[in-house]
Amino acid sequence: MPDLLIELFSEEIPARMQAKAREDLKKLVTDGLVTAGLTYASAGAFSTPRRLTLAIEGLTAESRPVREERKGPRTDAPAAALDGFLRSTGLSKDQLEVRDDKKAQVYFAVIEKPGRQAAEIIAEVLDSAIRSFPWPKSMRWGSGNLRWVRPLQSILCLMSDEAGSTIVPMEVDGIRAGNTTEGHRFMGAGRFAVSNFDDYRAKLLKNKVMLDAAEREAVIWQGATNLAFAAGLELVEDRGLLAEVAGLVEWPVPLLGRINDAFLSLPPEVLQTSMKEHQKFFSARNPKTGRIEGFVTVANIEAADAGAAILKGNQKVLTARLSDAKFFWENDLREAKAGMSVWRQGLEAVTFHNKLGSQAERIARIAALAAEIAPLVGADAAVAKQAAEVAKLDLRSAMVGEFPELQGLMGMYYAQAAGLPEAVAKAARDHYAPLGPSDAVPTDPVSVAVALADKIDTLTGFWAIDEKPTGSKDPFALRRAALGVIRLVLGNGVRSKLLRMSRSGLALHLDLKAMNRLASESPTEEISKFVEILREFEPDSADSKAEIENRLKMMGAASHAANLIESLFKQKVAYETYNSAPDQLVSFFHDRLKVFLKDQGIRHDVIDACLAMPGADDLTLLVKRATALQAFLTSEDGTNLLQGFKRANNILSQAETKDGVEYSFGADPKFAESDEERALFAALDTAEQSIAPAMNAEDFAAAMGAIAQLRAPIDAFFTAVQINTDNQIVRRNRLNLLHRIRAVCTGVADLTRVDG
Amino acid sequence: MAEPTALPRSFQEIILRLQTYWGGQGCAVLQPYDMEVGAGTFHPATTLRALGSKAWAAAYVQPSRRPTDGRYGENPNRLQHYYQYQVLIKPSPPNLQELYLGSLRAIGLDPMIHDVRFVEDDWESPTLGAWGLGWEVWCDGMEVSQFTYFQQVGGHDCKPVSGELTYGLERLAMYVLGIDHVMDMPFNDPDAPIPLKYGDIFRQTEQEYSRHNFDAATTDMLFQHFKDAEAECERILSFAPEDPNSGKRIVMAHPAYDQCIKASHLFNLLDARGVISVTERQAYIGRVRALAKKCADAFVQTEAGGWQPEAVA
Repeated sequence: MPDLLIELFSEEIPARMQAKAREDLKKLVTDGLVTAGLTYASAGAFSTPRRLTLAIEGLTAESRPVREERKGPRTDAPAAALDGFLRSTGLSKDQLEVRDDKKAQVYFAVIEKPGRQAAEIIAEVLDSAIRSFPWPKSMRWGSGNLRWVRPLQSILCLMSDEAGSTIVPMEVDGIRAGNTTEGHRFMGAGRFAVSNFDDYRAKLLKNKVMLDAAEREAVIWQGATNLAFAAGLELVEDRGLLAEVAGLVEWPVPLLGRINDAFLSLPPEVLQTSMKEHQKFFSARNPKTGRIEGFVTVANIEAADAGAAILKGNQKVLTARLSDAKFFWENDLREAKAGMSVWRQGLEAVTFHNKLGSQAERIARIAALAAEIAPLVGADAAVAKQAAEVAKLDLRSAMVGEFPELQGLMGMYYAQAAGLPEAVAKAARDHYAPLGPSDAVPTDPVSVAVALADKIDTLTGFWAIDEKPTGSKDPFALRRAALGVIRLVLGNGVRSKLLRMSRSGLALHLDLKAMNRLASESPTEEISKFVEILREFEPDSADSKAEIENRLKMMGAASHAANLIESLFKQKVAYETYNSAPDQLVSFFHDRLKVFLKDQGIRHDVIDACLAMPGADDLTLLVKRATALQAFLTSEDGTNLLQGFKRANNILSQAETKDGVEYSFGADPKFAESDEERALFAALDTAEQSIAPAMNAEDFAAAMGAIAQLRAPIDAFFTAVQINTDNQIVRRNRLNLLHRIRAVCTGVADLTRVDG
Repeated sequence: MAEPTALPRSFQEIILRLQTYWGGQGCAVLQPYDMEVGAGTFHPATTLRALGSKAWAAAYVQPSRRPTDGRYGENPNRLQHYYQYQVLIKPSPPNLQELYLGSLRAIGLDPMIHDVRFVEDDWESPTLGAWGLGWEVWCDGMEVSQFTYFQQVGGHDCKPVSGELTYGLERLAMYVLGIDHVMDMPFNDPDAPIPLKYGDIFRQTEQEYSRHNFDAATTDMLFQHFKDAEAECERILSFAPEDPNSGKRIVMAHPAYDQCIKASHLFNLLDARGVISVTERQAYIGRVRALAKKCADAFVQTEAGGWQPEAVA
């Protein structure tokens, strides 16, 4: 079984694309080989800045022969049908077989594909992989037409086994596959030939290239950690940066430098961000002071002077960069201490979204919402409002202008510098959170209030202008905002009134009073009639607009009709949005909640059973109920009770459908004929007595425990008692008794929606 | 490996070495374009010559003006007038990276001592309707050049593709010469009878132009000139190709493109004066791009742009 080695050698591939590219190469080639009838034992993909490499072991030397039979048209079918069949099979008429098929004779094509040599297949598969490679961005170069991420310089494509190795003959846009490659751009010794993967890897190493990105990462991390330790510092972990740097070098050489004392007064996050973004430096912290005092840069060369010139150069660039950062920081601090009024004014000129106004307007809405939400989360309304008004001012600071990822954090520093309460400073830092699923949820009440207000404003705003997410399109990250609300609410046990919050948010986006104002400010009969007429019509429909205009003309009021109609239509849309959007938003939250709870192992049907209960816009209550129900249903009593409930509910529903009445009242123990029946009456009485207080206390576990007590009486009842007896009074009484079972059970959760 | 090279001693020596090097690699060493431009790319030797099918190789220094970057000569790195070194080769040769590294060795940056890296950086010029893929080249963590494979210019696909190199000369030279403030950089040889530093030549002009660009330039006039350049560009291109005087086919792509360059610089001046709002900015950039596109359309109708008279049957 031969092995296959492929290397696509190019000019420098962007670091951020390498990991996906090597996986894409592996998938494209192995899928192609398998589709063509080859099998293989294992495959491994590698990347460096200048190459993508694929090593496949245990490839079959040729593909299996394939015999394919295809049924064609009947022999008496029109000629066109036969022609089509011949075209699609590539055969001539005399190559077809005629077979009996039911009552007619039918043409059959038998196509035999002989096995093919692996080399032939590889050449085809690799050619198509290169030409269809899914680079995020690709380019042409020189006079060629091929597209690659950067100029592709050579292709190595080699099959090898115990007997030796052979080049797979192939050529892509003038680049002929061979058995040679190059090592490190500066430290390598030119082109060399290889005979198989082990030889390839070993020769690369000799030519100062570490093929495996994971190995380069390990070397960088180990080297950098050691350097930091020797200097009395500790390296700040940054996996993203590590992966990126490993994609920038073929031979990593970490070097440690010290940050000039003049910059140590900068916030550590500023140092870290500046060094990372501009120079791909790791930060090194002094464990005693907690400050960032050093950096590690990773060179791609073992220089004769042990990196002295490289370090000196990097240090110089760093000094220039940090001088800028220090300049920003000092200017910003001055502005913060002066009250940030310049920033506040500046945000009036920054558009948040062209239909949702400026950042300043957005801040005003968030402040109003934060004050309203504050009591729900145990925060002081005035402080929450103040925090919301300050939280986004740092967007105008020079530092955030330079490093947008420091938004919020700089807000905290500047709020502190301005002498504002610590809760306000924290809210500035935390109100964007949680952003990702692994992001921590803020817990400080003021931060929670502002964070919720921030997201509710976003959601209601885009709902108000009808920019909802559709399918995979969610350009304003509204699903993330909704998930943020869910995690804030659940993480802090907030008794959320999402309907009310949504209404409040929407009211801030929609001018709801204009229509009434219009009617009251010009209280002519004419205007009142406009409003009346308008209410009858669908908004946004050209037909109805024309119709209204006609009617107005007939009333002799066409002169100022156009403007009025326009604004009245907007009003009508606003009203309808206000009426329909809150429910839509709550169900949007519920959809996100289902996904969230499913990840936590709560079943879909369990969630549905709880969503059907009143107060479902209180997510904390909802989850409490769902958790209890899921636990209940996994217990033996729960499973059996569910069976009993379903049986009772089915019999009752059938009877109700058949009789056309609802059996909902009047089960009376005096019509009970057996002990089992009387026992069920008694059990229901007992259960109801303990369920009511448990439900009041939202102790769903206790309520379900009480229901569980019904399991035995229900089972005994069904074993002993026939519901549909001839005695109509007894039958009706028993159906009414079943209704009590239904009422008691569905009072806790809608068990009709539970599977099983 | 290249033989060890003595380090250059002045700004002009670095320029001279680059000229010698790229001349030696077969580039036509051109002179700067005689108009105010924002970057070396604007020189017709790059913008226009990147279009069409004809082979091309040119290198030149281009004085460049970015009025918003004026700092009255005080900032160690920022200038409103500075020099770019520009190389354009079409089609891009397969060893362009090697050729480029040779130019670094020529000015004394030995990649066995320094850490030279090609870091992803895609280039785009919204005013020229141009983009390409490539890298910024880092030397010890500092960006010393831009390296781009042009994909489109003036809305036209580049076929063949040109390789473009741009060196920010002041920054590169400061690094090679170990200078911290641009004004302290020796312009000519420090041991010359009359040694001149960069500041001796440019400190005063930086002050004068900073004041002019930020406060003094007459905006009404600049707005008018912008409109005039725009109109003139379109007018020049509206002429029929056949010239009645000479009887020849003469498409006036270059004179039209001069007006496009003018409009672009006028926009930069207006921007520095702070009289163009954020929303207007995009509109102005779009207007310059429209001109650049029309000039590109015209250039590909010229001989240098690859146009050929249709074969007579």
